[in-house]
Amino acid sequence: MSDKPDIDLSGGFACPIPKSEYDKVLLAHGGGGTLSSQLIQKMFLPQFDNPMLNLEHDGAVFETGGARLAFSTDSYVVQPIFFPGGDIGELAVNGTVNDLAMCGAKPLYLSVGFIIEEGLPLDDLWRIVLSMKTAADKAGVQIVTGDTKVVDRGKGDKIFINTSGVGVIEEGVNSSPKNCRPGDKILLSGRIAEHGVTIMSAREGLEFESAVQSDSAPLNKMVEEMLAVSKNIRVLRDPTRGGVSSALNEIASAAGMGMLIDETKIPITETVRAACDILGLDPLYIANEGKLLAVVPAEDAEAVLAVMRKNEFGRHAAMIGEVLEENSGRVVMKTSIGSKRVVDMLSGEQLPRIC
Amino acid sequence: MKYKDEYRDATAARNLSGAIRKSVSKPWTIMEICGGQTHAIMKYGLEDLLPEEITLVHGPGCPVCVTPLEMIDKAIAIAKRNDVIFTSYGDMLRVPGSDEDLLSVKANGGDVRMVYSPMDAVTIAEENPDKKVVFFGVGFETTAPGNGMTVAQAHKRGLTNFSLLCSHVLVPPAIEAILSMEGTQVQGFLAAGHVCTVMGYEEYLPLAEKFKVPIIVTGFEPVDILHGIYLCVQQLEAGRFEVENQYSRVVRKEGNPAAKALLADVFDVVDRKWRGIGRIPESGFGISEKYAAYDAERIFDVGDIKVNEPEVCIAGAVLQGLRKPEECAAFGKECTPEHPLGAPMVSSEGACAAYFHYGK
Repeated sequence: MSDKPDIDLSGGFACPIPKSEYDKVLLAHGGGGTLSSQLIQKMFLPQFDNPMLNLEHDGAVFETGGARLAFSTDSYVVQPIFFPGGDIGELAVNGTVNDLAMCGAKPLYLSVGFIIEEGLPLDDLWRIVLSMKTAADKAGVQIVTGDTKVVDRGKGDKIFINTSGVGVIEEGVNSSPKNCRPGDKILLSGRIAEHGVTIMSAREGLEFESAVQSDSAPLNKMVEEMLAVSKNIRVLRDPTRGGVSSALNEIASAAGMGMLIDETKIPITETVRAACDILGLDPLYIANEGKLLAVVPAEDAEAVLAVMRKNEFGRHAAMIGEVLEENSGRVVMKTSIGSKRVVDMLSGEQLPRIC
Repeated sequence: MKYKDEYRDATAARNLSGAIRKSVSKPWTIMEICGGQTHAIMKYGLEDLLPEEITLVHGPGCPVCVTPLEMIDKAIAIAKRNDVIFTSYGDMLRVPGSDEDLLSVKANGGDVRMVYSPMDAVTIAEENPDKKVVFFGVGFETTAPGNGMTVAQAHKRGLTNFSLLCSHVLVPPAIEAILSMEGTQVQGFLAAGHVCTVMGYEEYLPLAEKFKVPIIVTGFEPVDILHGIYLCVQQLEAGRFEVENQYSRVVRKEGNPAAKALLADVFDVVDRKWRGIGRIPESGFGISEKYAAYDAERIFDVGDIKVNEPEVCIAGAVLQGLRKPEECAAFGKECTPEHPLGAPMVSSEGACAAYFHYGK
């Protein structure tokens, strides 16, 4: 980005704080876009440096006692805590289940950490707990350990939830961008941007002609079914924060290959498309909580797509593009009018524009 | 919203692209005024579909981009006050002031809130009677009725804690300024459809006549823009210079009378400074005397503002259509959407951000 050296040594021999364009954390540092990526690249990776972390996957994969395990963690701070199509509890279970599934793992056990703001109605907590139980049952995982902290009123926002999880990876399964080959097909499991648009609408009191619902869903069963058809699935990724664009860019950049996607093949509802048009947002950058992207060898693509479409969370799955040898690290989209353009990482938060 | 599909149709786009190619016999430079159109041109890769004879230059029609630095600094100074809730459309929050942006004010504890509708700011004022609520009213004629409505409504509801920081600008004076500049290369204009939805297009007739340029009132979908370019090329090739309405499904010659009446009540036409261009006479709206009590500039004394514009930034030349974003030494290097040096890198409507995002 900048020509300046990354590390400023003027502070002496102590570990200096890496140079950044901001001296305070901004919301965009947690937005899943370029600023988030800068935090990871400049602060976390160099200090926590190890081979598992450096892969920058949704979770870490390691072997112990002859078993290959995946381990992942995620925190949930969504506001509002109840929204059409789900709530923070369901999201916290599904999110970590999906992170493990994206490692190619069968999720087994979760931990849960609650950070609760003083004054949260016990009824609300009860609803969240019930919803977490339902989600865990549905995904076939158990919540086996946990922790609860309460902070002063005004020091939190109702409730924050962290979940971590472990899962086991079957022999022969390996989900990594490095596996991608030119000619591989890119599959997307359904209609995009529904979670992000739902949250934004609920938060801002926006109403659209037909209701939009969060797509929050556990994807582990679908992943199991996909892997049963093809163990050669190259990489799986759930396009949460930063949306489909950021997930594809991460894969392309880690794979050192290009991607070509077709705008007309990307599933999206009219309502979500219209909502994005009105707000001046690009649905490709909006969060999903129940969708996955899969890069699959061309010869297996139809079979994998067929099992995705049979799953309740993959009914609208589509083949949206392919991996290219050229344009390393870049995602190019054929637009609906037949021209081509680059689809970039999300920069900062998407801000609704003036007109 | 299904009606939009026909304006994003590949066959229609290809046909128009072919028709433009057929009718072009020499090079022409056309400026699209509106940032929304610049964004669509980049998002849909429209330049790919045009013959090399056609050069599109991107006009100053990004409200975020032309808001003067003094006004941003004023907004920041007001937003920092403990007694203020500062409200704004999203994309103004990241525009760099001399030292910081509004998002940094928020990160440092200022009560800065993004709203989707200016009327939300009036509601916030009603709900927070102990705070002074300010809305940053920025934009062209398109947003002026909505922003003006806040003042009219606050007055009607008897609110005394609401004010508008008004930095409204107008399109026709900008066209006149660009065409009056020495070295201008612009031979035809795509006028901003949504501006004309409010104002109509009668005020463009004398401009087309005086400067002998075709002006096409154009929509925002890719097929609209290609159609606007096609109509413009037809006129240029035939030596005509008329105002033509491509966006007739939305725009009427007389505009929206109710909106224009509101504008006349709430605002006066005033001189305005445009970031990167300079002061243009009678080129903006200021709050009228009748509503002076709702004018944030008159309510808050923020003292002397000394502005500090980064030297390397060529935003001015970009906004005037004299240079392209990638000709800037800082483009994509020191200046990125995360760390913009100039306003055109901030809003998705800004030419620099559009070039950056869509990989020009």
